[in-house]
Amino acid sequence: MLSAPLVLAASFAYLLLLFGVAHFADARARAGRSMISNAWVYTLSMGVYCTAWTYFGSVGRAASSGLWFLPIYLGPTLAMLLAWPVLRKMIRIARQYRITSIADFIASRYGKSRGLAALVTVIALVGILPYVALQLKAIASGYALLTTGPGAAHAGGPWWRDSTLYFALALAGFTIAFGTRHLDTSERHEGMVAAIALESVVKLLAFMAVGVFVCWGLFDSPGEIFAQAAARADLQPLLGLGGTGGDARFAGGQWFALTLLAMLSVIFLPRQFQVMVVENVDERHVKRASWAFPLYLLLINLFVLPIALGGLLHFASVGQGGADPETFVLSLPLANGAHGLALVAFIGGLSAATGMIIVEAIAVSTMVSNDLVMPLLLRLRGRHDARDLSGTPLAVRRVVIVALLLLGYLYFRIAGEAYALVSIGLISFAAVAQFAPALLGGMFWKGGTRAGALAGLGAGFALWVYTLMLPSIAKSGWLPTPFLHDGPFGLALLRPEQLLGLTGLDNLTHALLWSLLVNTGLYVAVSLARAPSAREAAQALLFVDVFARTGRGAAAAPVFWRGRANVAVLQQLAVRFLGVEAAQRLFADVARQRGAGRIEAVAADAQLVQLVETQLAGAIGSASAHAVVAAVVDEEPLAPADILRMLDEASQVRAANRQLESLDKLKDDFMSSVTHELRTPLTSIRAFAELMRDDPAMDVAQRQQFIGLIVAEAERLSRLVNQVLDMAKIESGHGDWRNQAIDLRELIAHALSTTREAFRERGASVTVEQPEAVPLLHADRDRLLQVLLNLLSNALKFVPAGHGRVIVRLTTDARAATIEVSDNGPGIAPEQQPQVFEKFRQGGEANNRPQGTGLGLPISRQIVEHLGGRIWLQSRPGQGACFGFDLPWHPEEKHA
Amino acid sequence: MTKHVLIADDEANIVISLEFLMKREGHRVTIARDGDAALDAIRRERPDLVLLDVMMPGRSGFEICQAVRGDESLAAVKILMLSAKGRDTDQAKGSALGADAYMTKPFSTRELADKVKQLLGG
Repeated sequence: MLSAPLVLAASFAYLLLLFGVAHFADARARAGRSMISNAWVYTLSMGVYCTAWTYFGSVGRAASSGLWFLPIYLGPTLAMLLAWPVLRKMIRIARQYRITSIADFIASRYGKSRGLAALVTVIALVGILPYVALQLKAIASGYALLTTGPGAAHAGGPWWRDSTLYFALALAGFTIAFGTRHLDTSERHEGMVAAIALESVVKLLAFMAVGVFVCWGLFDSPGEIFAQAAARADLQPLLGLGGTGGDARFAGGQWFALTLLAMLSVIFLPRQFQVMVVENVDERHVKRASWAFPLYLLLINLFVLPIALGGLLHFASVGQGGADPETFVLSLPLANGAHGLALVAFIGGLSAATGMIIVEAIAVSTMVSNDLVMPLLLRLRGRHDARDLSGTPLAVRRVVIVALLLLGYLYFRIAGEAYALVSIGLISFAAVAQFAPALLGGMFWKGGTRAGALAGLGAGFALWVYTLMLPSIAKSGWLPTPFLHDGPFGLALLRPEQLLGLTGLDNLTHALLWSLLVNTGLYVAVSLARAPSAREAAQALLFVDVFARTGRGAAAAPVFWRGRANVAVLQQLAVRFLGVEAAQRLFADVARQRGAGRIEAVAADAQLVQLVETQLAGAIGSASAHAVVAAVVDEEPLAPADILRMLDEASQVRAANRQLESLDKLKDDFMSSVTHELRTPLTSIRAFAELMRDDPAMDVAQRQQFIGLIVAEAERLSRLVNQVLDMAKIESGHGDWRNQAIDLRELIAHALSTTREAFRERGASVTVEQPEAVPLLHADRDRLLQVLLNLLSNALKFVPAGHGRVIVRLTTDARAATIEVSDNGPGIAPEQQPQVFEKFRQGGEANNRPQGTGLGLPISRQIVEHLGGRIWLQSRPGQGACFGFDLPWHPEEKHA
Repeated sequence: MTKHVLIADDEANIVISLEFLMKREGHRVTIARDGDAALDAIRRERPDLVLLDVMMPGRSGFEICQAVRGDESLAAVKILMLSAKGRDTDQAKGSALGADAYMTKPFSTRELADKVKQLLGG
């Protein structure tokens, strides 16, 4: 035996250690150096799945029915290995919409339904409460065994002298300290997660220490334990896969049911949802957890059977065959004088129990506060009451935590030894499994509706109560049992454990089959009966297509809201629920992001309403948040067609954003091209100037050549600068256009006289084909001349020296005048043609590339397009090139 | 002592200035006006030094540098890269690809002459 003060001191020292770790992790998180942003910590925090029910119960279960403890761990293993993408999607959805609990998740998906949130909360609460009691019982009986020896009555004595009560209260205090510090629960509880991860390590090591002690301390090896057990007729069945009824055949149905149940509960238990989804820091951690968590489960189950069999063999050999297998982990070391190990084992069990209680209490208190109490409070106070409620959700959560632990304690006091407690773990699992159809359906099927979810969940829960909960209560002796055997009112078809005459199944498989069948059936059938409303359709899109609508370009995620709102009112609402400081920060951020100086200058548009609602959802749940926001804004109802239209708009905004991004890139490319083009003539100018400076004796002819080149390069440089400026002006729409009446024949003559000398030098001829007279055109003469000169000098650059031929052709019709300039040069390859009008794309071979700027054609195009015309190129390699453009007489007619 | 320098650049006036500079320094000069011609000339003539422009039609200076450094028989050819792009990343890319030196346009003719001297003397 150990002294009570020693055990108590060790327990409280352990809790203080947890407190210290949590405190440290919180401090680190505030300093921006998160301890839990790590896939290993994430995996360990998932170990909260293994409660005292695992720690003590698995051994008990293995001692009475062999391998039957396994499906509870095979399920999660399968779930993590196969369904981790589902988990990742849940995490993304929860992160995106600030979802803080499983009730919130389901309610939010089905149009932010308060009714649904309340129903899920009730199911979770009813399902979980006995589970909390089970943890308290484990601690109480472990404590009693350590301090007073086996067979002690632990639930005796008046309640005020029961250490379990004080233990429950201490846990409530711890939970409050680390679970309800922040208002916004989507800000994670870093301290709590760190403490939970530590607890997972402690319970694993403690359990394995006991396993090693049994296998190699009490016996020679695990092999010896199995050999001895196989030799005993009463223990031999424990090594097979038979059903719990003593049937030696493999009970496939029962295995399947249990495995499925555990698969669902590893995700849907409120505490699992809390650590896996709400507390997740980085969704990439899921990848490692998908194999590391199954590994954790494997390790913690490794010694279950050896301890169970070893305990049975050991206590039988010393004449204590009646020893309780559920406490073998403690009683085996204790009976063999290993008091230190017994204390370690107790601390391990304490870890398992406290971890479960803390996380479950935080998860359930959030749900009860957001989905049961807050809606009630809001209704009682009236919608337009402006009193500050920012402290209320936290206060409510704290009260709920204390109440939950006290209720758990009460349940433990009343039902301490009853049947209800023994199988309560599985009964809880079956309750939360009812969330599966609505939740999984909602993530992958857009057709699910609120009515469908309510019908499915309601019926599934009712059947769970009728086929599992009531019978367990009856078997505890609190209800008359005849209705179990004969059915209510003697109706045999309604017997709870053989509903509609379904026999041959154990009660759990039976209940699971009926409840999930009816749940899924009603969910699908009722959903199909009516098309989703606009709000349901909107949420369905946001959930099912979450990966398509988040990540890159998330700013343009669709907002399904239309109506009128007022910034001041939204601000008041935020102050009321988030507090003055947080609300000010929120609105200041909005003002900054939108480039507005003051928040009053921000438009109260759909985005702002959505933002405020999402922030409130983090504090009071999405259903309540939607209700309070809807009460202060003037929302227009949406039709399903509106949803599709808004979705379309959002994708257009995304496309526009992408276009802007590519424009930015174009601008960068342009700048780097301009830089290059400016540096090239500068290089020649500098080099020639320096060469002359360093060589005063350079002969005159050489000097003349260099000076000529410097002048030419300087001209090129000024041309380039002018053109870049020109281009920028035209592009930005600030060009100075002096339109006047122009005679195109006269314009062509002007252009030819300007270039006559250049043509003569190159030995090229130019022919003009034009009508006798053309109408006057209204345009900017200088710019049009620039286009013509560009085309002429381009043609001249490419015609063969000595026998070049260039033809300028002017034609008119009722709509427009057309000018074409064709040459007998090499032509332009088809693959280069689309690029000739782009900036800095000069054509031609390198060794005779003309000294152009690469901006002539792009500017020409801009000028022509500004005048309402079009510019084009026709060319086949080897047959010359023909550049043409047309100019409408009346540009505005194009737009008419 | 006379060395053989290949000038690879597509800007006629820059080629003229570089040719004058190298001849004044007493070197023999060959000229290539695009990437392919430059690589051919390097393989054929095995110059002591290449003044290599980065932005050329056909193969870029980087590609040429890589091809030359991948050929054992051309290990003795020094490469000085010239570029009108002055960004650090380009310079780093040049060194990574095995260029012996890198200069930004517009360059100082004295610095260029010194650099050439240094590369050919070493």
